[in-house]
Amino acid sequence: MAKVNTKLAGKFSKSKFQRKLFIAECTVPAIILFAVFMVYPAINVFYMSFFKMSSLSLEKKFVGLDNFKVLISDTKFWQVFRNQIFFIVVVTIITIILALFFAALLTNSNLKEKPFYQTVFFFPNVLSLVVISTLFIQIYDPSKGILTATCNALGIQVAEQGWLGMATSSRWCIVAAMVWQAVGYYMVMYIAAMDGISKDLYEVADLEGMSKFKQFFAITMPLMWEIIRVTIVFFIISTINMSFVYVKIMTPTGGPDGKTEVFLTYMYKQAFTNSNFGYAMALGVFIFLFSFALALISDKLTQKETVEY
Amino acid sequence: MNQRKTTLHMAGAKKAGTRLVLLLFTVVVLLPIIWTIYTSFKTTTEFLANPWMLPKGLYWPNYTNALEKGNMVAYFKNSIFVTLLGLAFLVLLAVPTAYVTSRFKFRLARPISLLFMSGLFVSQNYIVVPIFLSLNKVQNYLNQYVEFQHLKLTDNLIILALIYAVCSLPFSIYLLSGFLKTIPDEYENAAKIDGCSYGQTLFLVIVPMAKPAMVTVLMFNYMEYWNEYIMATTLMQERRWTLPVGLVNLMEQQKFATDWGAMFAGMVIVMLPTMIIYAFVQKRLTEGISMGGLKG
Repeated sequence: MAKVNTKLAGKFSKSKFQRKLFIAECTVPAIILFAVFMVYPAINVFYMSFFKMSSLSLEKKFVGLDNFKVLISDTKFWQVFRNQIFFIVVVTIITIILALFFAALLTNSNLKEKPFYQTVFFFPNVLSLVVISTLFIQIYDPSKGILTATCNALGIQVAEQGWLGMATSSRWCIVAAMVWQAVGYYMVMYIAAMDGISKDLYEVADLEGMSKFKQFFAITMPLMWEIIRVTIVFFIISTINMSFVYVKIMTPTGGPDGKTEVFLTYMYKQAFTNSNFGYAMALGVFIFLFSFALALISDKLTQKETVEY
Repeated sequence: MNQRKTTLHMAGAKKAGTRLVLLLFTVVVLLPIIWTIYTSFKTTTEFLANPWMLPKGLYWPNYTNALEKGNMVAYFKNSIFVTLLGLAFLVLLAVPTAYVTSRFKFRLARPISLLFMSGLFVSQNYIVVPIFLSLNKVQNYLNQYVEFQHLKLTDNLIILALIYAVCSLPFSIYLLSGFLKTIPDEYENAAKIDGCSYGQTLFLVIVPMAKPAMVTVLMFNYMEYWNEYIMATTLMQERRWTLPVGLVNLMEQQKFATDWGAMFAGMVIVMLPTMIIYAFVQKRLTEGISMGGLKG
């Protein structure tokens, strides 16, 4: 009896060991690589922001919070800050309105070609931001772009430098490209949310003679408020990240009068053009904390009691 | 009777109105793409005419110029290499981790999944600078030794693929775990009775069952890797550029060389594979997003 018992225990601990080994085999490589290529660099962003490093030779000098003091008195940075806020606010508002509008239109219409529209509207989302940026540069091109040609045909004067080259319109040109790309993505999310709303509610509203327009604000909006809140947080984070690529390609110099320079293009230039790595990382820390705070604030501001009918 | 007729009539008119609005937006979405495609077949003289005009014929030399002079053949190969290798790395890293953390009960399961979840807040755009600096630092160190002289850390497509895979781990593990949790325990128990080892259970039982979730993950990340620009342009030198980096270069070149045709052809070359894949997977893609899948 005792013999059997030890045998069993031995087998048990062996399988226990195998189990542990398997868990380790599955997780350790991923954890190590994750630590090397994500955790370590992310910590480094914070760490390097306390140093002054002015060349690739990587000599660094601890300067405490100096980089952040520079940041606060950097007038160029505050212009970049305003530009970034402009992009976040304008792109978010226009995209949400258009996405909700098309989602509502497609959900209500019951058209049999609904999947077709969904496929088409979503399509820009799978294209590379590089392709979209390049494409819109061509559209705005003063000599061979279709926008300029159309304006000329309609008798609208286009300045020699084109829409993208003008201080008043350059940022709107980038907004147009960003909205063009994003509408379909959010529309698909909103359609899914709208499909989840019970049809009965609308039937009752119809019987009571409520217009479709009123129904949208009385039924649809409150019931999908949660998903709208989530997408606002997405918007803040993705606008900061995506405007980086658009601006970097469409207006590499930061646009006329620096009108289009955004957070990450400014950070990237400080790092790779000015070799001012410490300052660049201070900017990185600021941008990260700012986007985090903004997401939290917007989450708090949009908090309402969840409606369920 | 009459009233019903007018209601029907009104409904018809409304439907037509809806269609008109939707068609208008369809044009807004598709026109830039269609314009790019037909413009890519224009000769230089045709470029000087009205931009709206269709080309008289298909001028293929634009494509040969882009592929050969613009070096897009090489960049195409690089892009395919990085994308496929990145996806392979991702599957090898994400599937086992997601499996173990979502289906095994052990003390570190939760901390490990939280660790990866925290990565959802870290964007490649921030860490590109420290990654570049660290790789250079290690490179400088390695260069002191003769044995390592041929080893390049920056300007290395394998490293780039690894970075892509690691940066998409948080999202992929999150999505896969959600799916793996829904598989009933019976399958694993049956496999155990049949004498399968843990590894065999994972690869022969779980992986085939997780196919839908894996396809979604692969699809999203294919788009990410194929389209990525910032990391590639920062870490890679000319010979190892990927298509997006090559395209930006082609655009900068044409400012001086005025070979517009090659640039438009280049845009089509970058778009085409994604368009073809989209045609096959678009339903799954939009379903993935509806399910609450988010994108970095």
